[in-house]
Amino acid sequence: MALLEASSVVAGYGETEILHGVSIAVNTGEIVTIIGPNGCGKSTLMKAIVGLVRIRAGSVHFRGVDISDQDPEQTVRSGLCYVPQTDNVFPSMTIRENLEIGAFVRRDDYQFRIDEMFELFPDLQRSARLKAGTLSGGQRQMLAIARALMLDPVLLLLDEPSAGLAPALVEGVFKRIRDINGTGVSILLVEQNARESLRISDRGYVLSGGVNQLQDTGPALLDSPEVGRVYLGG
Amino acid sequence: MSLVSSRPQNFARTSRRYLRRIGLRMSPGRISALLAAGLLILGFLPFIKLGLVVNGLILGSVIALGAIGLTLVYGILKLGNFAHGDYMAFGAYVAFFIVDGVLPRVGIEGAGLGPFTFGFPVLIALPLSAMVVALGAIALDLLIYRRLRDRGASTAILMMASLGVAIAIRGLVQLIWTGNTQHYPRESRQVFHLPMDVRIPPDGMFVALVAVILVAGVYLLLTYTKMGKAMRATSDNPTLALVSGINTKQVVWWTWGIGGALAAIAGVLLAVVQAQLLPIMGWKFLIPLFAAVILGGIGNPYGALIGALVVGVSMELSTQWINPSYKPAVAFAIMIGVLLARPRGIFGDAQ
Amino acid sequence: MDISGVIDYLIGFTIMAIIYAIFALGLNVHWGFTGLFNIGIAGFFALGAYTAALLTSPPPDPDQFEDFIFGGDLANQGLLDLGVDAWFFLGLAAAAVVCGLVALIVGTITLRLNDDYLSIATLGIAESVRFFFLNEKWAANGSKGLYRIPKFLGDVVAPENYDYLYVVVALVILLILFAAVQRAVRSPWGRVLRAIREDEVATAASGKNVFHFKLQSFVFGAMIMGIGGALFAHHVRFLSPLTFDPLLATFVIWAMLMVGGSGNNLGAVLGAFVVWGVWAGTQFLPGVFSDPSFRLLMIGVLIVAIMLLRPGGLLGEWRRIVASRPASAAARDSTDPG
Repeated sequence: MALLEASSVVAGYGETEILHGVSIAVNTGEIVTIIGPNGCGKSTLMKAIVGLVRIRAGSVHFRGVDISDQDPEQTVRSGLCYVPQTDNVFPSMTIRENLEIGAFVRRDDYQFRIDEMFELFPDLQRSARLKAGTLSGGQRQMLAIARALMLDPVLLLLDEPSAGLAPALVEGVFKRIRDINGTGVSILLVEQNARESLRISDRGYVLSGGVNQLQDTGPALLDSPEVGRVYLGG
Repeated sequence: MSLVSSRPQNFARTSRRYLRRIGLRMSPGRISALLAAGLLILGFLPFIKLGLVVNGLILGSVIALGAIGLTLVYGILKLGNFAHGDYMAFGAYVAFFIVDGVLPRVGIEGAGLGPFTFGFPVLIALPLSAMVVALGAIALDLLIYRRLRDRGASTAILMMASLGVAIAIRGLVQLIWTGNTQHYPRESRQVFHLPMDVRIPPDGMFVALVAVILVAGVYLLLTYTKMGKAMRATSDNPTLALVSGINTKQVVWWTWGIGGALAAIAGVLLAVVQAQLLPIMGWKFLIPLFAAVILGGIGNPYGALIGALVVGVSMELSTQWINPSYKPAVAFAIMIGVLLARPRGIFGDAQ
Repeated sequence: MDISGVIDYLIGFTIMAIIYAIFALGLNVHWGFTGLFNIGIAGFFALGAYTAALLTSPPPDPDQFEDFIFGGDLANQGLLDLGVDAWFFLGLAAAAVVCGLVALIVGTITLRLNDDYLSIATLGIAESVRFFFLNEKWAANGSKGLYRIPKFLGDVVAPENYDYLYVVVALVILLILFAAVQRAVRSPWGRVLRAIREDEVATAASGKNVFHFKLQSFVFGAMIMGIGGALFAHHVRFLSPLTFDPLLATFVIWAMLMVGGSGNNLGAVLGAFVVWGVWAGTQFLPGVFSDPSFRLLMIGVLIVAIMLLRPGGLLGEWRRIVASRPASAAARDSTDPG
């Protein structure tokens, strides 16, 4: 069984249904990207997996356990961490405090993990006592990822990590994601920046209008003429 | 990245960093505004009675205890709790019940402890009342607010419910203890005389001391404990707190517990300072409380502390020129002034 | 009590219920149609009542230890001798204007900001108005109050029949205001208000100046409350700052709107009669039920219960403020679809 398996997930907000039965899977060690046009339900799928949006039909299994409609707090404890696209840090808290909150459910002495994060993101160490609200976009994104990594997650969900970043920084973000994957963390990625993200991905899914449209390996999707025309702007 | 080095180099920088750490960021504009206010106060100094400033600081300490709880609840639960003043009144009456109805039966009685007007029983009643109100606040959350939140009710519905709670508590207090004036057993005591015609009632010093200890306690809790950090995180970004694995239910309980306990103590201290208890005392205190909270920026406990002192001193100082019964209106005027000039409060961050 | 005593009581009861119905209508404009949270109705109540009373009362009589400098005494000015007591209507209009102006000022300051601030500001107005009339004895005789407020058509109608006349006057004014509010909320203007109440962001995005609409609604509702206050002044004909206790001048009115169903004008009027009926009726009950403190407690419990059980009101649930969704929906709401 795959590490994460979402089958025929139906979800939405209030009266509106956004996902009409989406299925995806992430295997251990993979980077998987979900691409698709705006409003296709990419972010909603992420929130449904984490438990921020209620699943109306279908199911999500993580490490073989049904986590559909589980409280986010429980899901996090089982090793699935999530980085929202916006509002992904605690602005009035210092960087160190942000990382401490990331380790909230850890029971061991997590100081070593903070040091590891500072090694991974040296910029953060230099400004450890600054408030997260004062950081630049790139630094903030790094902090958001570092916060989610504090728990040593098995699977990391990243919602558009490159959104709103200067082009020069985008490459760095994807390199970091690959580094993180290299340490054994599986990654599920939602991206507008389809070309860059598919390049580092093992597999990819294309969503459209709240349903699955295509799925293939990362390179195959990159080469697919249909994907190229619609999503890669070429 | 050119950022402030981690070594403290001079006093200004250290203090600036310290202020920033507790949420009071100092921009040049803000510093000059504070300087201007300071100069204004200095200019007025020859004309004001220092004794009133002392009274104002004592009143401000009581406001601060209420306002810190109010602002924590406001920030974390997004609820402007109209019942907060009545939590205070209820706390004062619970203490009255303990002092008047319970302790005498076990032979604990008395007034005029040392330099103070009140007796040892009030010291026993203070923590007990804080516990009762803290538990009561948590119970009310489970009974009312949590259900409304779970249904996704709007802020206005939550505030409306808190208004209902405020009315009900006042009715209950009146029903049990009547609407008449009560007071803790007391003996009159000499005030301390200081130079420049400053007179400090010993009770006022007690009130200020309790406030300082409790505010320091809240600071330590919010800065160094896990629950305190979780509270600040939830106030900052509830969704992210949830996906960080923070048990937001526990955070809510702690918030109500701390807010309720502080309110109860504020209520007892208010009853000590005013030398009387009235069921309406809490409702009347709402405007100074909200003025302090808004002045300091909603959700910022340190801002609320400074806001409370400013409001308290202004209210007392105003009596030098205008009728003392306008004190709450002075608090209201400050609040309107702040809303006009800086809607997010003097120390509030732009979002 | 003989039968005529009962009828007199019922007439007096009806006049108060009508006056409360007018306040409930004003509050319905604020809360029911626009979502403005006014917890300082007492402020507009008092302003309206004092404005009308001061304009129409005769100048102070030194023999009676009255202490206020201003008595408009419109009743004896002969300014507008239209054959009816025109001063009465001038007083009503002035009450509406004064309340409207205060609402304009406070609304301009607070309505641009977070919704919560308005409610705190209205509370501040209510308390400030009370402090003013309590402390400024020169303005309205302080806590001793005004007690020579004239009767409408007092020269024509015998004193014992005054209430019979007044109940008709009050009813006519209620009907006019009811029609006005009903018309306003059904107009395009009213539709924008309801759109603001439902989704302020979306309304702003569609190009409507949300602030202006809210301000207009706040002023409109406050003017209605001012008229209610003026009617009250000429009914009880005695005002003191203590009359405008938050319980009877604010909370009871909220209970009326809650019972009737916010957003429903007919409900607001019915709610006023029902709640005032229960309120007045319980004073004949023995023991604790007629205790004002117990009634205060019950008003609070009632408001909480309605919020928990039927946020749309008891008589007419006109919208579903809360959706029937399960736990942690609040947190989910804060996240947008993406």
